[in-house]
Amino acid sequence: MAVLQFREAIREALTEEMQRDEKIILMGEEVAEYDGAYKVTQGMYKEFGGKRIIDTPISELGFAGIGVGAAMNGLRPIIEFMTFNFAVVGIDQIINNAAKLRHMSGGQISIPIVFRGPNASGGQLAATHSVAYETIYAHIPGLKVMYPSEPGDAKGMLKTAIRDNDPVIFLESEQMYGMKGEVPDGENLIPFGKGKIKREGSDVTIVAHGKMYHVAKQAAEQLAKDGVEAEIIDPRTIKPLDIEMIVESVKKTNRCVVVDETHPFCGFSAEVGFLIQREAFDYLDAPVQRVTIPDVPAPFAKNLLELWLPSPKQVIEAVKTVTYRN
Amino acid sequence: MVKKSGDGFTPTGKVYKSTTLPKPTKKKHTDLGLKDDDLLPLFHSMYKQRRFEERAAQMYQKGKFGGFLHLYIGQEAVSSGTVAALNDDDDILGAYRVHGMALARGSDPGRCMAELFGKKTGVSRGKGGSMHFFDLERHFWGGHAIVGAHIPLAAGMAMANKYNDNGRVVICFFGDGAVDQGSLNETFNMAQLWKLPVIFVVENNGYSMGTAVERHSAGELHKRADAYGMKNAVVNGMDVFTIIEKVQEVAKDVRETNEPWFLEVKTYRYRGHSMSDPGNYRTKEELEEFRGFDPIERLKTYILKNKIAKEEDLKAIEDEIEQIVLDAIDFAEESDFPDPKELYEDTYTQDDYPYHV
Repeated sequence: MAVLQFREAIREALTEEMQRDEKIILMGEEVAEYDGAYKVTQGMYKEFGGKRIIDTPISELGFAGIGVGAAMNGLRPIIEFMTFNFAVVGIDQIINNAAKLRHMSGGQISIPIVFRGPNASGGQLAATHSVAYETIYAHIPGLKVMYPSEPGDAKGMLKTAIRDNDPVIFLESEQMYGMKGEVPDGENLIPFGKGKIKREGSDVTIVAHGKMYHVAKQAAEQLAKDGVEAEIIDPRTIKPLDIEMIVESVKKTNRCVVVDETHPFCGFSAEVGFLIQREAFDYLDAPVQRVTIPDVPAPFAKNLLELWLPSPKQVIEAVKTVTYRN
Repeated sequence: MVKKSGDGFTPTGKVYKSTTLPKPTKKKHTDLGLKDDDLLPLFHSMYKQRRFEERAAQMYQKGKFGGFLHLYIGQEAVSSGTVAALNDDDDILGAYRVHGMALARGSDPGRCMAELFGKKTGVSRGKGGSMHFFDLERHFWGGHAIVGAHIPLAAGMAMANKYNDNGRVVICFFGDGAVDQGSLNETFNMAQLWKLPVIFVVENNGYSMGTAVERHSAGELHKRADAYGMKNAVVNGMDVFTIIEKVQEVAKDVRETNEPWFLEVKTYRYRGHSMSDPGNYRTKEELEEFRGFDPIERLKTYILKNKIAKEEDLKAIEDEIEQIVLDAIDFAEESDFPDPKELYEDTYTQDDYPYHV
């Protein structure tokens, strides 16, 4: 078991898969000669050359669509967006072409492509550079959406995403790239739709994925000092969602808090809340609570940004609400 | 033109002449490598598209199917000429006015009509409709209805062909409206930078829906390619020999150099943008003028004048096609609609994908 940075775990997945399958190419801004804007692809241009590691102009629509076309015709492209905030420029290619061409062609076309890159807030970058997009992509049939929270998961999930024959949105985080974690040796493929119980507990279920897992973890550590044992479920894949694991946990704890870095309206937390009331209504001892960013864009000012981002303190408050400790 | 401030940003109230046709080629069919025997199949291909669509319009008006119906009538020289000029495994992509191209590529008329009717026997299993015909066995890749959005797909397909070094060329058709999209400009830049074996073709029929090309596009369309150092030309699209000549020449160059091309094909659609279009943006005289350049009549005249076939030979083909199209309608009418369970098919490759409910 090696201890790797998040970016190293992703690089290992990319490199091992590219060594395994020569149909895989990687395209994006600064991925080749610059060695990656966030150094995820460091050294890969040297290893695989310019035919497979391809620097693109700043044309997200264009290279997203070129990736989809290459996937239609037998390659297996990995498209890196410098951040998913920029992918919005090319989102038509993802939502209308990658996600729908198989359906519209009556199943004739398959599109094995991974769109990956950092998602959500990366610090004081203001409104356009701070959006968490999992909810928007998960809304679209034809896409699968993954957002790992730890390096070990990231490697195993990305390998699964690359080997899949459908388009996958693979979300990372600028703020997590330097985070270290244990990465199992050898092949460790993590399937779609399989969550993980990251902390066991009997008093409350906290559902948290991606960067929010770490917020939930801090909250759980604090809560444990007060005698509240939280169970943390990291769904890992947003779509398809491992709702069974969440429901099983809620049946045990009877209480649930969803921590989510997307906006509240029609957000991930809204969907999870709905599913829990449908599947585990009789087991609930309190209404499901959620901690999300507010219904406003990200502010720049440090104090406002701190208010905007979900915090362990907010999670603790929400847990107190569902356990009636307020 | 001097404009008063009250005119707004695009001149209004004026009916523009849509397009001026460049001169057709002077070459005879034998100069293009075509034998006498090749001309009747060419006529067959073009006339089949014409009658298929005339009958499709009737079926639409009878309420046999819904959705949009964009007719290609008047533009058949482009599809038939392209298919004749290319190899069968070259890859073709089109926009939403696409029945003609599919038929020219050899898609079964019954399966095409069934797709219009939304039947499970359709070329896209009833999931695509008029705007989304796909027939991958024939290297026909759609059928794309977000204007300009398939232009990068074509470049990506060309990238894969180049990567695999398979010698296939991609040809991508779109209308004059698509030239204004960012997708075209981003793709042109990368296609030229990366030397992708792809031919982009704007079928300039004079109108982006109801907006004349003079009102929606600055400059000449083919010259957009100049900005990227991309080879380009403008040709007459009402003459099938001109299309064959140019596409042959361009495809040869693309195969040899791996460099992209941009062709502007000046053509004309006789019918409205879609079935609900009254066509107030053009004059009756203009429509009549272009009917005078009809590509099918033109080929027919050539065949007769050069004594390649007799009037009755052509009549026999027309009768044969009439029956093919009537059979296609019968096939579509008699085919089943998709089974309800098919709603949950074809979205993911994974058979047991757990759809969210």
